[in-house]
Amino acid sequence: MFRFDSFQHFLQMDGHGAYVWSAYLIAILVMAWLVVSPLFRQSRVRQAVTRELRRETARQHSAGEAGKE
Amino acid sequence: MWQWFHRLGSPRWFYQASGKWLPWLAGITFVLLLIGLMWGLGFAPRDAKQGNSFRIIYIHVPASFLALAGYYVMAIAGAVGLIWKMKLADMVMKSAAPLGAALTFVALITGAIWGKPTWGTYWVWDARITSMLVLLFLYMGVMALQHSYTSVDAANRASAVLSLVGMVNIPIIYKSVDWWYTLHQPATIKFTEAPTMHPDMFHPLLVMIAGFYCFYALVLILNTRSEILHRERRSSWVKDIVLQNQR
Repeated sequence: MFRFDSFQHFLQMDGHGAYVWSAYLIAILVMAWLVVSPLFRQSRVRQAVTRELRRETARQHSAGEAGKE
Repeated sequence: MWQWFHRLGSPRWFYQASGKWLPWLAGITFVLLLIGLMWGLGFAPRDAKQGNSFRIIYIHVPASFLALAGYYVMAIAGAVGLIWKMKLADMVMKSAAPLGAALTFVALITGAIWGKPTWGTYWVWDARITSMLVLLFLYMGVMALQHSYTSVDAANRASAVLSLVGMVNIPIIYKSVDWWYTLHQPATIKFTEAPTMHPDMFHPLLVMIAGFYCFYALVLILNTRSEILHRERRSSWVKDIVLQNQR
């Protein structure tokens, strides 16, 4: 059963709203950052590997061209 | 058994296996945290003495649990890496440090916010709070050591030794409430033992603790995977994975 009779009441929490909501907000922000930051790092590493691979194929390609002449 | 141990120690095997577990783990974590959050915020009864500010317990206690459990994970991984020279264990130790630090920070800050309406102050130099602050510094020390060596091996050895020495702090945190009880303010209702809580308040707390354990495992795996990818970026299997755009 929901313990609050209105949304207003839920937000205010009998005067403790600022404490409860700020604590939950900080926790959610920190936890969201914890999940997102390794994902960003993953994609950064993947981009770097892709660039490296492209450079390698370009080098092989130009080496092949040079060999033909 | 030993074959299993060796396979688990292989970063490549771990990366590929954990990619299959991740969606399930993420789903379970999200559902548990969502249920626990709504239950704790809106459906658990208010505390007779503390009113609604007691709802902070649903993040404060699980975050503190995992801040401590995470220290065991980091120290044990450090020891395994130190003794058996297992690469994966070193990566787990490195990945556990910022995660543990963030959860310790959440435990401290939610405790401070809770302290204001309950004790009338944000901060007390009480034994439990101070030893948790020491825990935060230990985590940050391991993070700093990881960045202060050019050699990866030296950084891992130093971090493992620091995390093992820091284990001394863990029983102090657990026992601080009993040993220095006289220094405690009388209003520390939040340290009452779980079974003395009303089941209506206790059940959402259990859900949140389970959710935080899953969350810890999820982020530890994510951190370790990004570390594996970074360290093995020159190996052919990483290049294959990136080429084929696999998870």
